[in-house]
Amino acid sequence: MSHVDTASALPTGTPAAATGGHTPPRRRAKAGTTEARWVQWLLIGVALVFLLLFLVLPLAAVFTEALRKGLDAYLAGLREPDAWSAIRLTLITAVIAVPLNLVFGVAAAWAIAKYEFKGKALLTTLIDLPFSISPVVAGLMYVLVFGANGWFGPWLAAHDIKIIFAVPGIVLATVFVTFPFIARELIPLMQAQGNDEEQAAVVLGASGWQTFWHVTLPNIKWGLLYGVILCNARAMGEFGAVSVVSGHIRGQTNTIPLHVEILYNEYQSVAAFAAASLLALLALVTLLIKTVAEWKSEQELKAAAALPPERPNTP
Amino acid sequence: MTTLALGTAPPPKRAPKRVLPGFGLTLGYTLFYLSVIVLVPLSALVFKTFSLTWEQFWAAISAPRVLASYRLTFGASFIAACVNLVFGLLIAWVLVRYQFPGKKVVDALVDLPFALPTAVAGISLTALLAGNGWIGQYLEPMGIQLAFNPNGIVIALIFIGLPFVVRTVQPVLEDTEKELEEAATSLGATRWQIFTQVILPSITPALLTGFAMAFARAVGEYGSVIFIAGNMPMVSEITPLIIIGKLEQYDYAGATAVAVVMLVISFVMLLVINALQAWQRRHAGMPA
Repeated sequence: MSHVDTASALPTGTPAAATGGHTPPRRRAKAGTTEARWVQWLLIGVALVFLLLFLVLPLAAVFTEALRKGLDAYLAGLREPDAWSAIRLTLITAVIAVPLNLVFGVAAAWAIAKYEFKGKALLTTLIDLPFSISPVVAGLMYVLVFGANGWFGPWLAAHDIKIIFAVPGIVLATVFVTFPFIARELIPLMQAQGNDEEQAAVVLGASGWQTFWHVTLPNIKWGLLYGVILCNARAMGEFGAVSVVSGHIRGQTNTIPLHVEILYNEYQSVAAFAAASLLALLALVTLLIKTVAEWKSEQELKAAAALPPERPNTP
Repeated sequence: MTTLALGTAPPPKRAPKRVLPGFGLTLGYTLFYLSVIVLVPLSALVFKTFSLTWEQFWAAISAPRVLASYRLTFGASFIAACVNLVFGLLIAWVLVRYQFPGKKVVDALVDLPFALPTAVAGISLTALLAGNGWIGQYLEPMGIQLAFNPNGIVIALIFIGLPFVVRTVQPVLEDTEKELEEAATSLGATRWQIFTQVILPSITPALLTGFAMAFARAVGEYGSVIFIAGNMPMVSEITPLIIIGKLEQYDYAGATAVAVVMLVISFVMLLVINALQAWQRRHAGMPA
């Protein structure tokens, strides 16, 4: 482990201490801290070729395959009733799952970021859990709770409530899979911002709700937006977990990804890729909103940094 | 994604001052929701395994076909995570250190595997690599087959895991101090020596975290893999598909046994990732 020793001997992250209290202005990279031009272009080239092969080509293939037999065939694939019911079910699922996880994400981030309490590390780990559980295992868990032979199976059957192989199961599986997205986005953000502004608001007489609405929310809005759109993209696109609980009933319990699977397995390539292209468009819109949100939040940070300091910096 | 925030230092620890209202409400709701959505279903899985005897459980998780699926799932995930380690570092490096036209677009595109549904990735990679696909048609005459066998699984898992390494390494690379490199240069070090002895040690924790995340994600992946794998028993059948197969035969106990094995591995990976992230924070001189 000699490399660890090398690193710990070097004062990473403490430039101010090393230069006696004030950081020197950032210098542009100069000779010695960058590579020769040809090395740079070689590395850029290899990286871009890799991204072209693994990201751009698959994305392009979706649209090319969908339009292979022309625009009419493409639209026909989207116009069939099963496609419509899949789109409707996907939208319903997202409309329920995303707000549920939004409320949870904000509540969890508030509790974890604003207070110190015992078991916080464990709680944070548990919130991460759905990220590392296979979607198939997630679906199976719900089958074991709500399925015909599950814990609540007999009771649900007696009351004529269907959860597994029905819409509620699909929503539950989606909620599980997208559970951590918004919380994980907000927790580090709210931790980094600290409590000062909220405490000032409360001391000045604001209620908890006013404090959240007028102080916290404006500070976290871009991170919140990013969490929501990522959660939404995953909710609309989830396949494994939903596949286990859906039962694949055409026109009733098929979401867009399941509809894509059925068409693909029936060799209806154009229709499958037409439905897939909707999800690919959703992914592109998600990335666009994410980029804009990052840019906006950087702008605001810069604007805040440009304000004069409230107290003089004592060296 | 979530790790982006690691670049910003958390605030110094203060004495707990509960001036802010809402602690009971938010923590209570968090625990309630966590229990309903995650903990109760999780315990159903654990309790279901108790309906099996130890011999039945062992027989279910150690059948030759299941063992072959572990080998495939872990082997393919490991290879894919290794490829992502190298190319993820390269992409993060190029994005942080160099300027080139279209850099913003490339940076945004790296997140595509997070946003693109796995089933879409699966059918489109299959369409590219199958014998009549854009890429497959050139490789097949050379005797290289990338779809419908374990090669295809590795490629799908590379796609799925790539952003984890890039997004974990990128912020750490942005924070590395140029002064150290200048000092090393003035002491006569070559660029390669500086990379291996100054830069690489400082990003090792982030690299390993990204690797572990990509690996953990790959082990559980289902949607993108089943289209491209061919799904032949003993050859290209991944462990999640074994669970699906048992469910389709109404073998709930058998499916649960294999699921518990996957769950234990998920827990282990989660602990490894947590430990790596703690190491990374210490490394960066932040409070854990």
